[in-house]
Amino acid sequence: MNEFFEVTSFTVFMAALATGVMLPLGVAIAWLLSRRDFVGRTILETLVTLPLVVPPVATGLILLKLFGQRGPVGQVLAVVGVDVIFTWKAVVLAMAVMGLPLVVRSARTGFEQVDPRCEGIASTLGAPPMRVFWTISLPLARRSLLAGAVLGFSRAIGEFGATVMIAGTLPGTRTISVSIFRNAELGYDAAAASFIIVAVVIGFIAVHLSNKLEVPS
Amino acid sequence: MLPETSPLLLDFRLRQKDFVLKVHIESDARTIALFGPSGAGKTTTLEAISGLRCPDIGSIRVGTKVLFDHEQKVNLPVHERCVGYVPQDLALFPHLDVLHNILYGAPNHDGVDTKIVDILEIGSLLQRSIKDLSGGERQRVALARALMTKPAILLLDEPFAALDLALRDRILPYLERVRNELGVPMLYVSHRVDEVQRIADWVVLLSAGEVVRSGVPSEILGEEL
Repeated sequence: MNEFFEVTSFTVFMAALATGVMLPLGVAIAWLLSRRDFVGRTILETLVTLPLVVPPVATGLILLKLFGQRGPVGQVLAVVGVDVIFTWKAVVLAMAVMGLPLVVRSARTGFEQVDPRCEGIASTLGAPPMRVFWTISLPLARRSLLAGAVLGFSRAIGEFGATVMIAGTLPGTRTISVSIFRNAELGYDAAAASFIIVAVVIGFIAVHLSNKLEVPS
Repeated sequence: MLPETSPLLLDFRLRQKDFVLKVHIESDARTIALFGPSGAGKTTTLEAISGLRCPDIGSIRVGTKVLFDHEQKVNLPVHERCVGYVPQDLALFPHLDVLHNILYGAPNHDGVDTKIVDILEIGSLLQRSIKDLSGGERQRVALARALMTKPAILLLDEPFAALDLALRDRILPYLERVRNELGVPMLYVSHRVDEVQRIADWVVLLSAGEVVRSGVPSEILGEEL
């Protein structure tokens, strides 16, 4: 029972942290894609969408190569004493990378629905671009941004492939999905079922909430 | 204080896909009407002045302020132009109430300019949601919002196009009061002869992206009728 609550609370907490990482990043990317024309726009669009189509295990392996001790990012982080692989940070990283495409898609739809005339008129009223973003674009797209955050969070809760590759299955980095896999593998069907129920309930609530948010008020 | 007059100089060319707009307007009239058929380039002209579109060459000056000058490489950002723009669709901010709509552009978040509120008779609307306003009320709020920035010039893009004739006749006097009591120079887009006759003291006739004629309303509109 202890393991059940430990794993559930750890997963929810990690998913919340991952949402905190992917939301600002996703909103910034979504705004750029919906409002700016720049060189490399399609490359960025493709890169962000990639985790949706590439097998999660492959994404995990790429992250492992990047953030591992010999990886380009891992080496830089090692200089400042930050170790990512097989720690809770790896769980957050895997969750954030896998959830980011959903946040970007939803937020982009939100920004595209904002009337550009409103943003233009706000500028004529003396508002610099950042003020226009905070006071017009963001509030008008808020429902889609929230829907994206909820979807990203629920994707993070269910993340498995990339997490296993860079965070392993050891106690301390074990998430709900990893616990379902381990318990099923060991033949502990009842324990696996209890984790499945939690995953389904959280997923149901998240998708329902996200759908409600995406319906215009 | 709002300026009494604002000599306007527009001399620019703007290409937009297959359409080329070539405008030369120089006038110190207080209310100028841009008159012409749909697709003549009236709205594009206003967007060029406000900075929402950038001309290819030429210059735009309002009073002593140069907003755009291709040769001198001047292109003031939209938010620094001090131009009040009321677009055809009004573009009121739906997530803000009337008060916060009209305060959006108030310099240094000053309180409401009661003179503007009184002239446009919107005092009783301030706490209302934008969604609860009638067509005429929305027009007056959009006008107040643009005026609250104390603009050097007010650009009005067919402000009454969406209103029926009866409502338009009720709103027109508000615009006349703005012109007479606030003294804000206006560039007014319309393709209605009666409106232009009533509001403007100088008319510029635009057709297929070029200025065809300009002069006092009786002269220009007389030929059009």
